[in-house]
Amino acid sequence: MPTVSMTVNGKQVSGEVEGRTLLVQFLRENLHMTGTHVGCDTSQCGACVVHVNGDSMKSCTLLAVQADGTDVTTIEGLADGDTLHPMQEAFRDNHGLQCGFCTPGMVMSAVDLVKKNPKASEHEIREWLEGNICRCTGYHNIVKSIQQAQQTM
Amino acid sequence: MYDFAYHKPSSVADAVAARSGAEDGTYVAGGMTLVPTLKQRLAQPSDLVDLGGVGELKGISVSGNTVTIKAMTTHAAVANSSEVQAAIPALAALAGGIGDPQVRNRGTIGGSIANNDPAADYPAACLALGATIKTDKRELSADDFFTGLFETALEDGEMVVSISFPKPEKAAYQKFDNPASRYALVGVFAAKTGSGARVAVTGAGQDGVFRVPAMESALSTNWSAGAVDGIAVDAGTLNADIHASAEYRAHLITVMAKRAVSAAG
Ligand SMILES: Cc1cc2nc3c(=O)[nH]c(=O)nc-3n(C[C@H](O)[C@H](O)[C@H](O)COP(=O)(O)OP(=O)(O)OC[C@H]3O[C@@H](n4cnc5c(N)ncnc54)[C@H](O)[C@@H]3O)c2cc1C
Ligand code: FES
Ligand code: FES
Repeated sequence: MPTVSMTVNGKQVSGEVEGRTLLVQFLRENLHMTGTHVGCDTSQCGACVVHVNGDSMKSCTLLAVQADGTDVTTIEGLADGDTLHPMQEAFRDNHGLQCGFCTPGMVMSAVDLVKKNPKASEHEIREWLEGNICRCTGYHNIVKSIQQAQQTM
Repeated sequence: MYDFAYHKPSSVADAVAARSGAEDGTYVAGGMTLVPTLKQRLAQPSDLVDLGGVGELKGISVSGNTVTIKAMTTHAAVANSSEVQAAIPALAALAGGIGDPQVRNRGTIGGSIANNDPAADYPAACLALGATIKTDKRELSADDFFTGLFETALEDGEMVVSISFPKPEKAAYQKFDNPASRYALVGVFAAKTGSGARVAVTGAGQDGVFRVPAMESALSTNWSAGAVDGIAVDAGTLNADIHASAEYRAHLITVMAKRAVSAAG
């Protein structure tokens, strides 16, 4: 079986996987980091979004072996101890979540947006969220959360 | 997903060798099409040859009037390339409208054209701009490359290495996207080139991407939205599904063609 090594949230990790093991399975089942969710099997919902070498990607559509040697950040890697990341804080302040299932992917996707396009307009924010589906909120409060984080990040 | 043997070569030569040494191997590029297919057990390759480690397959270069994009260049890299934005803005815009940001961060131009999904965007750009597709063995014109639904002229194990686009005088792509998947319900790429106008349609054809000769000759003499106004594609050659009837797609082709010509200016 192939062995993979990568940096996850700043820590060097490695493990044995099958060729077919998805990155999200490696995170959840090998590393027991269950913050990254799986919401679909069609690569459309975005609940599984993590950062790989600084870009947001769907960890359900990436083989663990493809992520060998990369630097991965998951939702668990955002907060600084007890201090939430400004994007997490913004989701809390603005009621940007209800059931919370989509939230890890939403937050990771949103952080990538604000890093790349800090002044994104409301329209650009909505377009960016094309790959993140939320069944609860109706998106308005998610957009508001991201707009707050644009000021605080 | 069925299991497979995984290979990560670092050169084109090693990748071709790994692929030809496999019983029933397949290349994986961004995996945005292949991994979902494997997850649904719609394919069972014996070996996966990952092109992600092949540095010589990445990058964009502009020389004279030609923009060359190597196969493993992601949609995001094309969309954000200032060189592509300057040389062929329609191509950068097309890449920026594929799927969603996370799909664009992984999906590649080589994977997109090798897959030739009938609703994919890049095939329309290749055909309308008269691109040349370079493989590890030969060079093919886009007209010869796309041969049918999910079918190309690629032979078993042949690899797309790069795609060269001649700079048009003007061009634009207009896509009417399926609101759920973001694939094209109908997409029209119109280009005014030194040797006349070219119009390619994706999302609609029963055999995948196709050109519209009647629109091309009308636009070659009169480059204006009005020139294609009365020209309709026969609905009998178009596909119908739960998203749109063939008649609706035929209607949209004319509408999108007019919008593309207007957008190109
Ligand atoms: C949610 C979602 C939305 C999408 N929306 C759109 C959209 O709006 N428009 C659109 O056009 N596409 C869309 N796509 C598809 C996306 O653009 C894919 O990236 C693309 O179709 C395949 O590229 P890839 O690099 O991921 O290829 P892979 O999935 O890795 O490979 C696809 C196929 O091509 C072969 N292949 C790959 N590279 C080469 C090569 N260099 N030479 C020979 N064969 C090769 C593989 O063996 C495989 O058979 C979407 C995908 C998803 C998951
Ligand atoms: S789990 Fe739905 S896109 Fe990854
Ligand atoms: S908060 Fe429930 S899916 Fe988004």
